[in-house]
Amino acid sequence: MPLAAVNDFVIRFANVNGSGSASANEMFARAIMRMGIPMAPRNVFPSNIQGLPTWFEIRVTEAGHLGARGGTDFMVAMNPQTFNADVISIEPDGYLMYDSTRAIPPGQLRADITVIGIPLTQICNAEYTDPRQRQLFKNIICIGALSALLDMDFAELEKLIGEQYKGKDKLIAPNVHALHLGREYAKANFACPIGLRLKRTDKVGDRILIEGNAAAALGAVYGGATVCAWYPITPSSSLAEGFAKYCGKFRHDPETKQARYAIVQAEDEIASIGMVIGAAWNGARAFTATSGPGISLMQEFLGFAYFAEIPAVVFDVQRAGPSTGMPTRTQQCDLISCAYASHGDTKHVLLLPEDATEAFEFGASSFDYADRLQTPVFVLLDLDIGMNHRLCRPLSWDDSKTYDRGKVLSAEDLDKAKDFGRYMDVDGDGIGYRTYPGTHPTKGTFFTRGTSHDARARYSENGATYVDGMQRLLRKLDTAKGILPKPLRSNADKPTRFGVIYYGSTAPAMSEAAEILAKRGHSLDLMRIRAFPFHQDVASFIADHDFVFVVEQNRDAQLRSLIVNELGIDPVRLVPVLHYDGSSITARFISNTIGDRLDTLKVTPLRKALS
Amino acid sequence: MTYLAKPKFHHPSLPKNEIGFTRRDYEASTSTLCAGCGHDSISASIIEACFELSIEPHRVAKISGIGCSSKTPDYFLGASHGFNSVHGRMPSVLTGANLANRELIYLGVSGDGDSASIGFGQFAHSVRRAVNMTYIVENNGVYGLTKGQFSATADRGSKSKKGALNSDSSIDLVAIALQLGATFVARSFSGDKGQLVPLIKAAIAHKGAAFIDVISPCIAFNNHAGSTKSLDYVREHNEAVNALDIMVGRDPITVNYAPGKVAAVTQHDGSVLNLRKLNDEYDPHDRLAAMNFLQRHAAQGQIVTGLLYVEADADDLHSNLDTVETPLNQLDTAALCPGASALDKINASLR
Repeated sequence: MPLAAVNDFVIRFANVNGSGSASANEMFARAIMRMGIPMAPRNVFPSNIQGLPTWFEIRVTEAGHLGARGGTDFMVAMNPQTFNADVISIEPDGYLMYDSTRAIPPGQLRADITVIGIPLTQICNAEYTDPRQRQLFKNIICIGALSALLDMDFAELEKLIGEQYKGKDKLIAPNVHALHLGREYAKANFACPIGLRLKRTDKVGDRILIEGNAAAALGAVYGGATVCAWYPITPSSSLAEGFAKYCGKFRHDPETKQARYAIVQAEDEIASIGMVIGAAWNGARAFTATSGPGISLMQEFLGFAYFAEIPAVVFDVQRAGPSTGMPTRTQQCDLISCAYASHGDTKHVLLLPEDATEAFEFGASSFDYADRLQTPVFVLLDLDIGMNHRLCRPLSWDDSKTYDRGKVLSAEDLDKAKDFGRYMDVDGDGIGYRTYPGTHPTKGTFFTRGTSHDARARYSENGATYVDGMQRLLRKLDTAKGILPKPLRSNADKPTRFGVIYYGSTAPAMSEAAEILAKRGHSLDLMRIRAFPFHQDVASFIADHDFVFVVEQNRDAQLRSLIVNELGIDPVRLVPVLHYDGSSITARFISNTIGDRLDTLKVTPLRKALS
Repeated sequence: MTYLAKPKFHHPSLPKNEIGFTRRDYEASTSTLCAGCGHDSISASIIEACFELSIEPHRVAKISGIGCSSKTPDYFLGASHGFNSVHGRMPSVLTGANLANRELIYLGVSGDGDSASIGFGQFAHSVRRAVNMTYIVENNGVYGLTKGQFSATADRGSKSKKGALNSDSSIDLVAIALQLGATFVARSFSGDKGQLVPLIKAAIAHKGAAFIDVISPCIAFNNHAGSTKSLDYVREHNEAVNALDIMVGRDPITVNYAPGKVAAVTQHDGSVLNLRKLNDEYDPHDRLAAMNFLQRHAAQGQIVTGLLYVEADADDLHSNLDTVETPLNQLDTAALCPGASALDKINASLR
């Protein structure tokens, strides 16, 4: 019996990198959103430019589950290289659509799936002569066929074509024609619609579809960043490029048209962070965007900024490591390398957004935190957030807000001040007062150095002076706990002995997993951590439960280690749930892993440890 | 204590410059370098240059890396903000600082280990980006702070204090700076204050990447027979191509030298460089000729000093990025934040 579902299925396009399929696939996804149906698109792509396999997946989900589900209900298999594996990956009773211009040997097809062969190449070649057109329109014909098979609102597709080619109007008609070709072929040759259908609804609301890196870039614009120094690296490059795009739009002097920003593509990641530190020392809001290998290179400077107390914002869009790892696959594997970046005793502020909207919000506020705390701040995204479009809350900004530049003394302040010492803890919060170079002719200058220094920034190798400074840096991080985004807790319907801690891109899969687990009879309280150093609520949450599952996307349970290390928790009480194959974590994975462990507890005497 | 403060006593009769500052106002803490170190002579020349230019000390940002040379910003311009960064990475910090506030004077101080080895890349890129700075390398051909290892500027065949012969080719930072497009390139000798002070003054007045390589013999580890960076060797092999003076000109400029022997170069800030040729074949406006001249003399064991190349109307990084005149660090929320209405439009475009 073929699969039947309305607004609840996974469709996957298997393509060849560089074949021009991306824009057609994205248009298809956007049309679903325009029908009011929540959906979650995801790119799975190789680290090359042309020729290797790439996939684009859309999870259609009226229930609004935006995490990856796993499995494919409808496979659009356009890549001969992966055809066999793609066919195997289809869920039982699922669907396969392929280019039937060339016959597929019967042995390569499964008996339990519905096979839809559309001679895309043949239709295309009959209609178009230009080779590039033939390639591009094949993708559009494919979308046209799907629109009939899935009972799609065709007007939405036509409208999107019009928007996409606005200003290049002569391209509109041929594209719409290609859509019709596919649609008509499907209608004439298959019973349309099939069991999987799209039905207009109103579940999208006012949400927007945006890439995490673009949202973070906007956050940097809104947060007042004026200097961006970066070095290209997947999956973070589109963040710096997005900043350039939005600055180009918003950041010019209205009269002179000159730039109110500076972007430098540095020679490497070391220079990037050096420029950020130099700019921030001199009073500009500055950031860099990078990924794990870049963080490795920046370590020395990051320790310097921590010790010399210079604001810096680093967006780390995590990918699978170690080393070059899997550059185009997602992970949450830089948590520890960022939290403790550099040699000696260092500790850094981390912000952990769950999606594009929080990437915008945390991206903007990171500059306030960095200025206020006078220390590097990391915004930790990952490829799943950064390079995928995600349906999320609209971005919002409060126009009454002004930037918090922290404790900066002006020339007037210095005139009034009796005394100035750069690293004096006048307010007891661990944060000294700073001055920008050039502020005052006779007062407020100091020497910035990575060597040990006293409260007046003078070089000192005195042990007690050093210890005082190091203790003050800890006080500063205590201050940070009070101002950073708090963890969010949501309790199960009934009291439970079990909790789950997670962060970042795990969020959508986690909320769906909690629903699945509740149906299996397992109640769990949830806590999403949004910043490091950890808020006191994290310790309280763990204290409230016998065991807490820590769900994260790396091999070595880095979040769990950080919690154990920072909060002194007995490791036995933190049960690792680890997903690290580079794909987006799924609700299926989380619910199966946690559910199976909790099931064992029902039939065996309660053991001290779950792991 | 590991910080040596200098007494603040000023003799009342010390001469003052145009803005009423004495030389003492351009000094800082006491040097902790070895007695007789060439670097201290360079610090003295920087102090002299800034005094003569009547620069407000607090408008200078002095930035360095790690090493003996990089310690020196602690010993001059005490009323300036200083920045001792990490090894070899001064140029990136200086570039960032310059981006944040284009109005300050940026003095980058580095050493041959700092700039020719670990920081070779950053040196090169800051020069090719035309950062408006005065980049001084205090070049002694040796790692002083780690006690005597060869640096990358040590000449092939030169001898270490322990008698080891350097078998590697040396890096000539001046030749590299010329190749990279620096618009002000000079070499000098720490022991020749008469040449060095006007060079520093001219470099500060220059808009764009100004590079000065100063041979600065290391008293402790590289001042012996067989070293090509020793005091005696440099004195004996110094080939000065020109003599110069600089006039911070608002008054009409008068040239005192014989016609045909003097080049007057007006810099972007109106100051005028008077260059007197010592070597008839030398033209400081011809980059290719400068490179050729330098290499030819190097092959003969000569150390060419003086202003080797200058491009008076050069652009800098800010010109290339077309940034606003207002320093970026002075722009406020109103100037930077596009506001809620712009965000609403973005939201609408994403549905």
